[in-house]
Amino acid sequence: MAKSDLSNIPGCVVIGGSAGSLKVILSLVTALDARLPFPVVIVLHRKNDASSLEHLLNDRCPLRVKEAEDKEDLAPGTVYLAPPDYHLLIESDHSLSLDASEKVLWSRPSIDVTFQSAAEAFGHHVLAILLSGANNDGASGLEYIRHHGGQIIVQDPDNAEIPVMPRAALARLRPDLLLPDYAMAAAINHFL
Amino acid sequence: MTLFVTDEEMALLLYDIQDLYGYDFNAYAKASLKRRINRLFALDRFPSFAEFRFRLRTDTAYFGRFIEQITVNVTEMFRDPAFYLALRKEVLPLLATYPFIRVWHAGCSTGEEVYSMAILLREANLLHKSILYATDINPQVVQQAASGVFSMQHMKQYSENYILSGGRHDFSSYYTAGNNKVLFDVSFKKHMVFSTHNLAAESSFNEFQLIVCRNVLIYFEKELQARVFDLFDTSLERLGFLALGSKESLRLSPANAKFRQVSEQKIWRKVI
Repeated sequence: MAKSDLSNIPGCVVIGGSAGSLKVILSLVTALDARLPFPVVIVLHRKNDASSLEHLLNDRCPLRVKEAEDKEDLAPGTVYLAPPDYHLLIESDHSLSLDASEKVLWSRPSIDVTFQSAAEAFGHHVLAILLSGANNDGASGLEYIRHHGGQIIVQDPDNAEIPVMPRAALARLRPDLLLPDYAMAAAINHFL
Repeated sequence: MTLFVTDEEMALLLYDIQDLYGYDFNAYAKASLKRRINRLFALDRFPSFAEFRFRLRTDTAYFGRFIEQITVNVTEMFRDPAFYLALRKEVLPLLATYPFIRVWHAGCSTGEEVYSMAILLREANLLHKSILYATDINPQVVQQAASGVFSMQHMKQYSENYILSGGRHDFSSYYTAGNNKVLFDVSFKKHMVFSTHNLAAESSFNEFQLIVCRNVLIYFEKELQARVFDLFDTSLERLGFLALGSKESLRLSPANAKFRQVSEQKIWRKVI
C-alpha cells in the first residue's frame, strides 16, 4: 500500500462490519498500535447477547476496548463498540449518544447511522472502513463521508467472506483504498 | 445525494417550535434529533427546507405529526425480559409491604411497558392496591396506550418475552383477539391513569414508589438528563425505586449520590 493514499490524519476511525467481519475485526484490533492518537468506533451487526465481544476484543487489543456508553466523550487511543440493539451516534462535541429508534435496513446498530454522524461531527477528519457483510448497510454512510471529504477504505470483495456489503458500497463510490483484511490494521497504524 | 437539514436550519426550526408551540427540544441530543428531523423531511418529501419550515409554522395538525415522528416510539411488552424478572424478584416483594403502590411510567409511548407492569403486579397479587401513571410528551401515543388495543402481530414475541420474564400463565389469557388486533383485559385500565407530560419542561405531580423511564433519557443532552433525574428524585419517596433502560445510568448525574444500584439490571433505590 502506498502511504500517500491516505494523507489526512483522522480525528476518528469508524469501522462497519456485518456477516463475516468478526474475524477481520479480531485480527485488526490485535494489530493496532497502542499509541494511536484517535478513537476507533466499531459498529458490528450482532446478536443481542451478553457483551462478551468487548472482552474478546479487549484480550487481544493493545488499546482499551469498551462498549460505547451514552453521553461519554470519545477519548483518543480507545476502541468503542456499538452496543447491540442501539444505534450509536457521534455528537458534534465528540461525545456519544445511543438511540433505540427503528432499525435502518433491518439493522440496529446501523452502520449508516454511525457513519453519517461521524461525518457531521468530524467532517473530513474521518477514516471509514467497511468490511464483509450480507446487506447494503454502510454504503450510503460512506457516500455521506465522501461528501464531507473523509477517507474511505473498503474490504476487497474478493477477500471478504461475504462480499455483498463491500460490493454495494463499490457500486456507489470508489474508495481511497480497496484492501484485503490483513492490510487494514497497517492502514490505520501508518498515521503514527 | 439526499437533501439534508443543516445545523442552522435545525436551530431555526427548534426556535419556531418553542416560540409557537411551547415545546423545547433544545436540550435534546442533537445528532439523534437531527436524524429524526431529516427522516421526517425526507418521508414527507418537502422540496425545500423553507417549505418544511412554513408547514410547521402554519399547520398545527402538522406539528402534531412532527411530535409523533420526532419522538421515538419503539417499544415492546416485557422488553428485556431479564429486567422484568428482576422487578418480579427484587422489587415487587419490597413494594408489597406498602399499603398503596404508585408507579410512574415516564415516557410510556404506546403503553406496552405499562401493560407489562400491570401483568406483573396482578401476578404478584398487588394490582388491586396499585395505580400506574403513564405519561408521554406525545398525545397521540398516550391516546393509543389508553385504548388498551395492540397489534396482533407482535403477540408471539411478547409471549416469549413474558415467559422469559418469569411469567407462568398463558399470555393470551390477558387479551381478547379480533381483526388482527388484541384488546387487553379492561380491568387493567381501572388501575391506569394516562396523561401527557413533558419531562423537559414540567414538574413533579405526585410521589411514587417506583418510576420506570426506559430508553427516554438517551435522547436528552447531559444537562437535561441531570434535570430529569432531579425531577425523579423529588417524585420518589425515600426507598423508592428508579428503573432505567439497559444502556442508561444515573452514574454521571449529581443525583447519583442519593441512589444506590440494587440489581444487576438498571434499577436504583433512593437511599437518602
